Amino acid sequence: MIPSIPQSRFVRFIYTAYVVLFFVYLAVPLIVVAIFAFNDSQFPSLPWEGFTLAWFFGDARPIIGIFHERTILSSILTSTIVGVSVSILSVAVGTTNAFLFNRYQFPGRGFLYVLMLLPLVVPGIVLGISILVFSSTIANAVWSGFSLELETLRPGLGLVVLGQFSFIATIATLVISARLQKFDQTLEDAALNLGADRLTAVRTITLPYLAPAMIGAGVVAFLMSFENFNTTLMLVGSDAPLTITMFDRMKEGSTPILNAVSLLLMVGSSLLALMMILVQRRS
Amino acid sequence: MKTETKIGFILLITPLLLWLVLLIIIPHIDMFLVSIRERVGVRQYQSSLANYGTFFEEPLYIWTFVRTATMSILATLITLVIAFPASYYIAKMAKGRTQSVLFLLCLVPFWVSEIVRTFGWMILLRETGLVSSVLQWTGIVSGPVEMLYNDTAIMIGLVYTSMLFMVVPLVTTLESLDDQIIEAAYDLGGSGLSILREVIIPHAAPGIVAGSIVVFMLTLGNYLTPTMLGGKDSLWFTELIYLQFIVRFNWELGAAFGFMLLLLSSIIVWSVLRLTGQTLEKTMG
Repeated sequence: MIPSIPQSRFVRFIYTAYVVLFFVYLAVPLIVVAIFAFNDSQFPSLPWEGFTLAWFFGDARPIIGIFHERTILSSILTSTIVGVSVSILSVAVGTTNAFLFNRYQFPGRGFLYVLMLLPLVVPGIVLGISILVFSSTIANAVWSGFSLELETLRPGLGLVVLGQFSFIATIATLVISARLQKFDQTLEDAALNLGADRLTAVRTITLPYLAPAMIGAGVVAFLMSFENFNTTLMLVGSDAPLTITMFDRMKEGSTPILNAVSLLLMVGSSLLALMMILVQRRS
Repeated sequence: MKTETKIGFILLITPLLLWLVLLIIIPHIDMFLVSIRERVGVRQYQSSLANYGTFFEEPLYIWTFVRTATMSILATLITLVIAFPASYYIAKMAKGRTQSVLFLLCLVPFWVSEIVRTFGWMILLRETGLVSSVLQWTGIVSGPVEMLYNDTAIMIGLVYTSMLFMVVPLVTTLESLDDQIIEAAYDLGGSGLSILREVIIPHAAPGIVAGSIVVFMLTLGNYLTPTMLGGKDSLWFTELIYLQFIVRFNWELGAAFGFMLLLLSSIIVWSVLRLTGQTLEKTMG
């Protein structure tokens, strides 16, 4: 069961074969998606009609590549804007939460901590509809009270950001808390002894120490936001983020342009993740 | 508290409270309030349990609800069974560089969107897809086979999509198990199976619980995979919620459905925690 315990060769072989199969299973769907991005055909399926880059760069019918496809480009932009906003919000709230739970003992702390974890065990679609219902309640009340239409409380990007933030903030809190817990608080005390006030001490000692976790949480938040579907689906207005656009396209019947978008997503998110690992390794 | 720390405390607790109260607590209360009102005329409502009545009277709704719950539990179990040996290999058999590379490889599929993963399975399983072509080419079947739009396809997609959320907690807890404990159990005469049952699984319990809860939750609340891989008749409960909210614009019934889903997931998560003696803080935090 571990390398130092003798095992029959047969068992060892079966086990290794299983693990290899497991990784093949993980890889195959993605490889298939990537390969068909280069198929010179209207459908992402066999037969193989030859290699082409037209699904990326094509600018004339029948093949219009992503770099000339307005809807997809603009939804990538939308997703990026949403992702960056969610990421900034989550890291900010995650950091204050981490300080709160690590540094303060107060009545109700345990209760608030459990409450803070709850968004992780609420189905995404329920988070979405509850925020949709509540924001409409407020918007309707304002409308009937002051005849004022609050556009931001109607389905749209503002609500999408809030909906995604409502559970991504938990993850950011957990990531940042984990690092803050390991922080040696005597370092801060030393800074205080040397005449720094508390804010300066936190700014010059603790925050730089936390930076890798904050960057990590930011990247994770961005990726989670970028790929979120369930919560977004319920809150989306007329500007669709990428996942929603792709979903609508897939319902209509897919062309290899979806494969091309997917391939770009894979490359993009792998690069981001790699960057995050490098940042974390350096610290 | 000193005034300085008091101000700090207030500044730190405000964002937390704003987030939890405005985005989690009040919206859920409001959703519940909407679910217990009945439209009796234009802009006229009265509170009643009519929406829940509709839910319990319509066999299709109940059936979809039960079916979603059972299939989610099944998907969680399958994910656990597939993920456990692989996680064990990564955590205990692989060493050093191989270990980190394997772990990273596990994470790769999940850096891309769920929609891409589902799309991959559609390309593989559809009638003109790869699996069908390979089967025809080898001569096992004579014509194209449609493997999409059935429960197996949904299950494959759900398990695939959830894998990471099982592997990560399992690898983390299994890694913390000291090799010497396994060696000691072996020296004391334990067989592979008894070591697994009495040493490894009890040690991995928090990871198993954490992974199972997250996978169950994600599966139960999944909309994309059942719709894309299961087609029109996939009968997933989230589809009913979507239908009432977005298509029919019957928010009262949709909210009741949402509340039922929330209730179901809470009950199951809570009872799993109780049965295994774990707490939410320990498994998630």
